[in-house]
Amino acid sequence: MAALGTYASEEQIRALEHQMGLDQPVMLQYTTFLKNLCHGELGKSLITHQSVAKEIAKVFPYTFDLTVSGMFLGILMGVPLGILTAIKRNRLPDYLGRIFSLTGISVPEFYLGILLMYIFAVKLNMFPVVGAGDPGNLGERLYHLVLPAFTLGIAMTAFVSRMTRSSMLNVLGEDYVRTARAKGVSEGMTIYKHALRNALIPTTTVVGLYATVLMGGSVLTEIVFSRPGLGKMMVFAVKDRDYMTLQAVIVIFSAAVFFLNLVTDILYALIDPRIKYH
Amino acid sequence: MPEDIRKGLFFYTFRRNKIAIAGLVMAVVIVCLSILAPWISPYDPIEQDIKSQYLPPSLTHLCGTDGYGRDEFSRILWGGRVSLMVGVGSVLFGMVFGVSMGILGGYKGGKWDVVVSRFNDIFMSFPLVIFGLLILAILGPGLLKIIIAIGVALTPRISRLARASTLSVKELPYIEAARAVGQGDGKIMLIHVLPNIFGELLVMGTMWIATAIIVEASLSFIGLGVRPPTPSWGSMIRSGLDQLTNAPWLSMIPGLAIFLTVFSFNLIADGLRDIADPRLRGA
Repeated sequence: MAALGTYASEEQIRALEHQMGLDQPVMLQYTTFLKNLCHGELGKSLITHQSVAKEIAKVFPYTFDLTVSGMFLGILMGVPLGILTAIKRNRLPDYLGRIFSLTGISVPEFYLGILLMYIFAVKLNMFPVVGAGDPGNLGERLYHLVLPAFTLGIAMTAFVSRMTRSSMLNVLGEDYVRTARAKGVSEGMTIYKHALRNALIPTTTVVGLYATVLMGGSVLTEIVFSRPGLGKMMVFAVKDRDYMTLQAVIVIFSAAVFFLNLVTDILYALIDPRIKYH
Repeated sequence: MPEDIRKGLFFYTFRRNKIAIAGLVMAVVIVCLSILAPWISPYDPIEQDIKSQYLPPSLTHLCGTDGYGRDEFSRILWGGRVSLMVGVGSVLFGMVFGVSMGILGGYKGGKWDVVVSRFNDIFMSFPLVIFGLLILAILGPGLLKIIIAIGVALTPRISRLARASTLSVKELPYIEAARAVGQGDGKIMLIHVLPNIFGELLVMGTMWIATAIIVEASLSFIGLGVRPPTPSWGSMIRSGLDQLTNAPWLSMIPGLAIFLTVFSFNLIADGLRDIADPRLRGA
């Protein structure tokens, strides 16, 4: 019905169903879908009648850009902040940092994006308001990436800094840190060489898991800044009842989630020397 | 304990609690405003008045008017009802199913646990907004459907935490005693396990209410929330976005409302966690 329009006749609906294979038993439809999947065939969009695979390939780089840069900023800002608030525990930087992270998790991501957009793009005119820039021009792409990436990054910072802080506090209370200090190792060296590496282990796991949250956040950010992307595609597929596109995007998305979890597990095993794979 | 350490601990706890009480007060104010919305809102939230489009905040319209001339302040009050209903409703829904599953898997172990844990693992990797999106795609828009959608999305996460809590109380002596006198599993889970994890559930629930409110706002922002013209903070931000340059208050103020509500619930959750933390009970 969605594809043909509301005035489609009974015969047209039946004809389309036959063409799409919807009148076959469900198991057969499923295996056909899987078979097509292996060939990279994801079907045609119900609305635009273009190949879904091609459309996904077109927008995927933008989502990838956004997610990766958001994560990069999140780690870059979050980890040092977490360490700082742990070292200066219960003093001013700690309170400020914790208020910041509590605020960070209470602000809806899209609102943060709108705020940033309003201050930096509309009022101060420092950055472009919408769009992703000409794909050929790297500079332009980066320029359009700044505000959206910071939106995701700041939200992630609030989360990561909390994790890093508690993990760092745990490590700083451990015996081997006391030993290092007793030995006379300078505070800086203690933190860097002994505490930091161990504190980063749980942080890595969390960062890996947060990647999926980041993908979810990219949906809203793409809409706020009118960027093309996988998330936006999914939303419009839901609104237009374009089930072919929706199916394909979910598959890609699940694959990404699976892949990220796998990478996180491997990374975790590599970093934590106590875990050995046989 | 030496006098000064006890005083320090007391003031520290009190200071933390003051923050939590501030959160509680804020939340109570917001809840009351939303409940009383039908009586205290100055205008009808869906009444249009095209002559008064995009008016800035003033004495007659505390938060200005939107594109249809509707009073923004009234819409904020009524939008609060939607956000709170969805927030609390979806968490209750999620807890009914999530806690049951979590306790079942955690207490009984074995096959039950495998089923529950696999279920959690599979569905937890999906971000809340996307999962809610998918369920709404199936169910269609509407207040009740959003509550169900977000509730279902929350269930695996709640279930996981409930299971972890159950595991920690499972080996307590009086539960063993109850088993020894032959009390059935079901009764034990209901009468002994549940009341013991209640504190942790309360903290978790408060946090999830905060999250649910944000998810509802996100879904409304995308356009899959309650149907217009019912106001929702998220959809108000969306329509305000188009007018960011000449009427910024239309998207700023609902956003501020969301932030204050969510922030207050997070403060309450933090405060409850402090109370439940055995380390602070030493004083």
